[in-house]
Amino acid sequence: MIMTLIDLALILALLATAVMMIRLRNLFAMVMLAGVFSLLSASLFVALDAVDVAFTEAAVGGGISTVLMLGALALTARHEAPIRRNQLVPLGVTIATGAALLYGTADLPLFGDPAAPVHTHVAPYYLATAPKEIGIDNFVTAILASYRGFDTLGETMVVFTAGVAVLFLLRSARRSRGEVSGPRDDAPDARSGKV
Amino acid sequence: MADLIRSIAGHYNYWMFVILMMTGLFIVVSRGNLIKKIAGLNIFQTSVFLFYISMGKVTGGTAPVNTGRAGEVYSNPLPHVLILTAIVVGIATTAVGLALAVRIKESYGSIEEDVIEDMHRTERPA
Repeated sequence: MIMTLIDLALILALLATAVMMIRLRNLFAMVMLAGVFSLLSASLFVALDAVDVAFTEAAVGGGISTVLMLGALALTARHEAPIRRNQLVPLGVTIATGAALLYGTADLPLFGDPAAPVHTHVAPYYLATAPKEIGIDNFVTAILASYRGFDTLGETMVVFTAGVAVLFLLRSARRSRGEVSGPRDDAPDARSGKV
Repeated sequence: MADLIRSIAGHYNYWMFVILMMTGLFIVVSRGNLIKKIAGLNIFQTSVFLFYISMGKVTGGTAPVNTGRAGEVYSNPLPHVLILTAIVVGIATTAVGLALAVRIKESYGSIEEDVIEDMHRTERPA
């Protein structure tokens, strides 16, 4: 009962934060609320037994993401322009999509049901064998690094690709502003290795 | 009647996450500011994570860390693993999106979609 109340309070706080994010036109305040949103969702992850996910969400969602957003704000704009477009069409699209999704939830297994299909497939095998086969007591770590290690390798590839993309985008931005100083890559000195 | 109450109690948090997700979608569709759109996308993404994690919850279960006691009930660790990967991929895509916004600001002097569209319309009258 008490867990249900905690869940409900956190979910309502998340909803209030999200609605305020729609209304705020000051982007700095909106980014701060986005950080609050991440922290609240991390608390909800703890309430739902996902402690590792809560760590990551608090560090990545609440920390790094906020820093990146603030950096982007410093390079772009601090205020959102007044809204000129029609709001009714987006509202209609959102309500229609939401209604379809709500209709879809009717068939879902009940929250916390131990007989739900998600709990009867490979998870029991991992829970039974991970301490013996892997020797790590944290099941999430054991699955992440061992049973599904290729997923994590793919994730690393994605992060690397994103890093390269960001590097190219920002470098060409600075070059077009003429802020790149020193030898360029295609300058003869850089190619021959002399500084 | 008891069935109905059980069904509501067993589904209300999925409904809440759908509403949360739609809040994010509304920001993405209705606002023209690119930074705000990315923040809306993050709300959308986090609601999907919450939905996944709540699927993995087992009533009476504990966090999936081996306690060594026989017959202990654990919540399902598999959704946790998938969402850990998704969070990190999410921050990577956010970073690319923000870098694109910065680049657009460099080229057009604005991150408002409406302003950029107006610019194109005046430059090249159709």
